[in-house]
Amino acid sequence: MPKIIKNGCVIDDAAQILVLDEGQAPEALNLPEGPVFIPLAVWQAHKNTLAGRAGLGVWLDSHESVEDLAEDLDSIGAVALNFPKFTDGRAYSGAALLRTRYGFKGEIRAIGDVMRDQFFFMQRCGFDVLQPKAGKYTDTQLEAALASFKDFSSPYQAAVDEASPLFRRAQRAA
Amino acid sequence: MYRYDPYDQQIVDERVAQFRDQTRRYLAGELTDDEFRPLRLQNGLYVQRHAPMLRVAVPYGLMSSTQARTLAALARKYDKGYVHVSTRQNIQYNWPAIKDVPEMLAELAQVEMHAIQTSGACIRSITSDPFAGVIADEVIDPRPWTEILRQWSTLHPEFAFLPRKFKFAVNGAQNDRAVIQCHDIGLDLRRNAAGEIGFRVLVGGGLGRTPIIGEEISAFVPWQHILTYCEAILRVYNLHGRRDNLYKARIKILVKALGIEEFRRQVEEEWAHSKDGPRTLTEAEVARVSAYFTSPAYAELPATDAGLEAQRAANPAFNAWMKRNVLAHKVPGYAIVIVSLKNPSVAPGDITSDQFDLVADLADRYSFGELRTTHEQNMVLADVRQSDLFALWEVLRANGLATPTFGLLTDIISCPGGDFCALANAKSIPIALAIQARFDDLDYLHDLGDLELNISGCMNSCGHHHVGHIGILGVDKNGEEWYQVSLGGSQGNQTSLGKVIGRSFAAADVPDVISKIVDVFVAQRTAGERFIETVRRIGLDPFKLGVYGAAAPERK
Repeated sequence: MPKIIKNGCVIDDAAQILVLDEGQAPEALNLPEGPVFIPLAVWQAHKNTLAGRAGLGVWLDSHESVEDLAEDLDSIGAVALNFPKFTDGRAYSGAALLRTRYGFKGEIRAIGDVMRDQFFFMQRCGFDVLQPKAGKYTDTQLEAALASFKDFSSPYQAAVDEASPLFRRAQRAA
Repeated sequence: MYRYDPYDQQIVDERVAQFRDQTRRYLAGELTDDEFRPLRLQNGLYVQRHAPMLRVAVPYGLMSSTQARTLAALARKYDKGYVHVSTRQNIQYNWPAIKDVPEMLAELAQVEMHAIQTSGACIRSITSDPFAGVIADEVIDPRPWTEILRQWSTLHPEFAFLPRKFKFAVNGAQNDRAVIQCHDIGLDLRRNAAGEIGFRVLVGGGLGRTPIIGEEISAFVPWQHILTYCEAILRVYNLHGRRDNLYKARIKILVKALGIEEFRRQVEEEWAHSKDGPRTLTEAEVARVSAYFTSPAYAELPATDAGLEAQRAANPAFNAWMKRNVLAHKVPGYAIVIVSLKNPSVAPGDITSDQFDLVADLADRYSFGELRTTHEQNMVLADVRQSDLFALWEVLRANGLATPTFGLLTDIISCPGGDFCALANAKSIPIALAIQARFDDLDYLHDLGDLELNISGCMNSCGHHHVGHIGILGVDKNGEEWYQVSLGGSQGNQTSLGKVIGRSFAAADVPDVISKIVDVFVAQRTAGERFIETVRRIGLDPFKLGVYGAAAPERK
């Protein structure tokens, strides 16, 4: 079973991430049993029947806009944002927008090319579940990777996790 | 200058620890080359032609003598006893071993230095006016603002993986010396009619493969809002900048594609959400940072030192240096001194550890313990008493640091080029040295007057060739190194991009070509006219004729 990091702990997670095969239309689809993340296109095709379904999440690729999901967020429990490459940083803005602009309180999961070296930034931008690519880390390495959440103690900027920049939250004497 | 408080120090120390672990995992095979590359680049570490290259940040080019000595010592311990001043005012080591870099960074952290974001697709180390705080035409000291921006951009969680690199420059003077029109964001400090401080914001400028002059996105952003405004620009760019093509990924391409009106509309829409929120800059923070940039304890001195004129009259070499390398200071009795790194026998911008130590000592003795780097690859002692100039000059001259050519043809800006850089199409340094050797007559150089010649070894334009009065670009033609020459570029308030004069030249021919261009200038100039003014007045044709002859062939 895939491992995810949630609330600072490594846990098993059964959610499947459904990927459309090339040429597969979003309209024709059999959802597997259990928790699943479906592509945005599938959500858009089936949202009338799928809204509110337990264990259902929607995943967006990095070129897809969270704005397209903005009106549906009340009927979705979880959103996953894909990192096709870890150098594609669009999802940091996407997660921040989901939390701050659209007030999304559900799970925001980072999927795809997720490395420990991004954990700190992801957490700051509003991701609360991180799912490193299968096989990326051994169990031991993944436990060790938790240290990356604490890479920096007092960052300068405001972000989703901390609404005030350092200059407002600390007394910095000249 | 700015000094770290415990927060700054902790961030830099934690970055060292983070990078040490990243390096360990790379060397242990836990990170692949492809995974380590962006991580090391964000910490200034390239893998170059012969060895790694480490670029250390010198924020807005300002450093203390203690920092200078540490930089010099690191070059002795981990490198070959010299460093290179880059065109972004940073310090580069050309030969460190990857395994040593974490230790180098740890030693730098002890003197409040780092290599954070000196490369990579993130907000880069920010540049500014090397004469900030001491030049008479300054309107607002840019250093506190640049420091505030440095802190805001350091490890910004949302903008660590942008489509491409992102460069800021800040100017606070009437005459821009920070090339703000050729940056992703150029900030021009100013006061509005009510006397309030704010920024004119330019966006989408840049050199590189597609040189573009930045456009004004806002005529005045009040200072309280500059961070949220920049954040809005960065968010629009992060979400919408192209990521499918490395050559079209800079913000300038997005701004061109959308048009400045539409880009501005998107930024303003984004900004409306954060404006006046908790990220708004506070008066207390500006006061805190500004307190580090108060004037040093200047003595009350006469406007002109009595002995200086006699020294100049008695010593033509000193006088030549005074004319070019010493600039007027805003405080009576003081002067700004350019420490030239353009000794014609040394690569432009290189300085040995011994020389660096010496400059640090001179800074302690003559300039309140601070020194600066310039994007033209020189150093500056910004606060020298006029009465000390002769003694200072003697020491600089004895150590190869007083080449009296600031702003002249041989004060060449050059990237490291094919001798070092893995990206380069052609060598730059030998071209610079050949031109300096050709024009070795100081009287002639002084007679030619202000003439900026910039050399880049490839399209990436680290040598700023697009804004050189004469620009030289190394190109690859069927595996051979050729050089394209352009004319009419300039930096500053009247920034312009040079135009290529025609087909390119072999390395051996470049000095002759420059001679021919200079000959045309000498023949055509009017009394007192500077090279760039002549080019603007007469256009390129007379120069093409001078270089290629009557049948000027088409550019190939």
